[in-house]
Amino acid sequence: MHFVVCAKQIPDPETPPSAFKIDEATNSVVPAQGFQPVLSQFDGIAAEAALRIKEAAGDDTKITVLSMGAESAQAAIKQVLAMGADEGVLLQDDAFDGGDSHATATVLAAAIQKLGDVDAVFCGRQSADWDMGQVGLLVAEALGWPVAIIAKDVQIADGTMTTTRVLADGFETLTQPIPAVVTVSNEFGEPRYPKLQQIMQAAKKTVTTMTHDDLGLDPGNVGAAGSRLKLERLYVPASDTQVELIEGDTPEEQAKNLVAKLVADKLF
Amino acid sequence: MARNILVVGELVEGALSPTTAELLGQSTRLVDGGSVAVSLMGSGASGAASSAFEAGADKAFTNDDSSYDQYNSDHWVNAVEAALDGVDAVLVAQSSVGRDIAPRLAARQNTAAAMDCINVTDDSGTLKVTRPAYGGNALAEYSFAASPAVATVRAKAFEVIEPRSGASGATVELPAAGESRTTIQGRELAEAVGLSITEAPVVVSGGRGLGGPEGFEQVEALAAAFGTSRAAVGSSRAACDLGWYPVSQQVGLTGKVVTPDLYVAVAISGASQHMAGCSGSKMIIAINKDPDANIFQNSKYGIVGDYKAVLPALIEAVKAVS
Repeated sequence: MHFVVCAKQIPDPETPPSAFKIDEATNSVVPAQGFQPVLSQFDGIAAEAALRIKEAAGDDTKITVLSMGAESAQAAIKQVLAMGADEGVLLQDDAFDGGDSHATATVLAAAIQKLGDVDAVFCGRQSADWDMGQVGLLVAEALGWPVAIIAKDVQIADGTMTTTRVLADGFETLTQPIPAVVTVSNEFGEPRYPKLQQIMQAAKKTVTTMTHDDLGLDPGNVGAAGSRLKLERLYVPASDTQVELIEGDTPEEQAKNLVAKLVADKLF
Repeated sequence: MARNILVVGELVEGALSPTTAELLGQSTRLVDGGSVAVSLMGSGASGAASSAFEAGADKAFTNDDSSYDQYNSDHWVNAVEAALDGVDAVLVAQSSVGRDIAPRLAARQNTAAAMDCINVTDDSGTLKVTRPAYGGNALAEYSFAASPAVATVRAKAFEVIEPRSGASGATVELPAAGESRTTIQGRELAEAVGLSITEAPVVVSGGRGLGGPEGFEQVEALAAAFGTSRAAVGSSRAACDLGWYPVSQQVGLTGKVVTPDLYVAVAISGASQHMAGCSGSKMIIAINKDPDANIFQNSKYGIVGDYKAVLPALIEAVKAVS
């Protein structure tokens, strides 16, 4: 089989709010000093899901990692290669910049079609920067494939994808014919840490780069030009909360003082 | 300018879901002379239409086919597409249904969806949506370059309208469920722990700082002190991922969004993805031994201290006034 993992490089979500800055003139995030961009964590989990299926099958299943982004996104691709993926493709083109979920999915779907023999696409449930959670669904629609979102378990065998999805009040198990798309959630489990030797091997692997020309895409249909959602404003909301730390010589005294505040605020 | 809005409705045991009523309420404020429609699918759909009319709908697209009771993506997408004629905007709850159907409907209509919105407004005739990004560190405001605009909206983002008692409207039959590439093999309900965290007026949540699943016994005892008919127990994603508490109780961007009168965060650092799930609470209080924990930036009151010492005292103090 041939699996694709979609991987996105994002600003480190562990950046403390105090270091989080926005340039309101360009509606973009100012990279925080001392924080390197990282692989979106849900994409690492999607890669783990693909790797476990390959290992369980014990066959020559190939895993290709796709990332749309700048040259720096090579690092995200190399991380998934170090985990055990076989090949990497960077979708890099100025024409891809500023794209919304639809424009991004258009590029990813074109790349998947170009690869040609893909059986399943694994995405994170959402990118941990914009948190839209729709690229996987849009890739599936663009390809005309079935899709299962927010999976905590994925199996692929005998032409069928079986997923267990996390719902608001429980879980459901679905079967769908492949080729199909799945988006994987944190309930799946932790992604593996590559060993040093795997990191060194991945560093030596060549990542193929593709542009809109390679994919046969019209620049007017991708990036900012192809976007249907217009970001009008990005800003840090004003916080008007000033915490009042409750004093007291003992925990009992602190607890009484806190409850007195809650009583005064009519919470009882 | 008049605009027509379709709300993709959801039923809970045959009745209109609270968020569906909220979306209908906001739609009446946005249509500007246009009409509000609702789609209702599954057992009880045509019966629930009267509640939808009272909540603001002018027209209901319904089908009582029990095949729609369990959400099947292909079935629902195909049916709702039949209700989109002349529609300028589609509103859906940010629910298990909304997360799936909104992007697919947008793709089918060659338009875009904005997910997890906290506001939908009219700005001089242009529909705009606001949603958190970067784990709640930022707010993003969007307009749409294609029509219909599709948006999923958080629960409790909008007020319902005063019920229009006795209101009625046109009803149109949606097609029955057709083919689907997806077979639902089974569903299981998650272990429910007391009151629903999205409904309870008080939510007491525990995080990674509890140090282990046994820490939740104290968190549960504090909730019980507020009253079992009043308080529910939540958990941070870290604590759920560690297997300390059921996923159904997870508060945060990838869990549930809660808006209680009082949110008590015990040993939770307050990562922005957690705050995205509780920042709509009327009051947040935090108990954490790290005075620099981000949770204090978002809290009205805080106690800096080890929960193992603070909680037993707080449980007694709360019991004394409950």
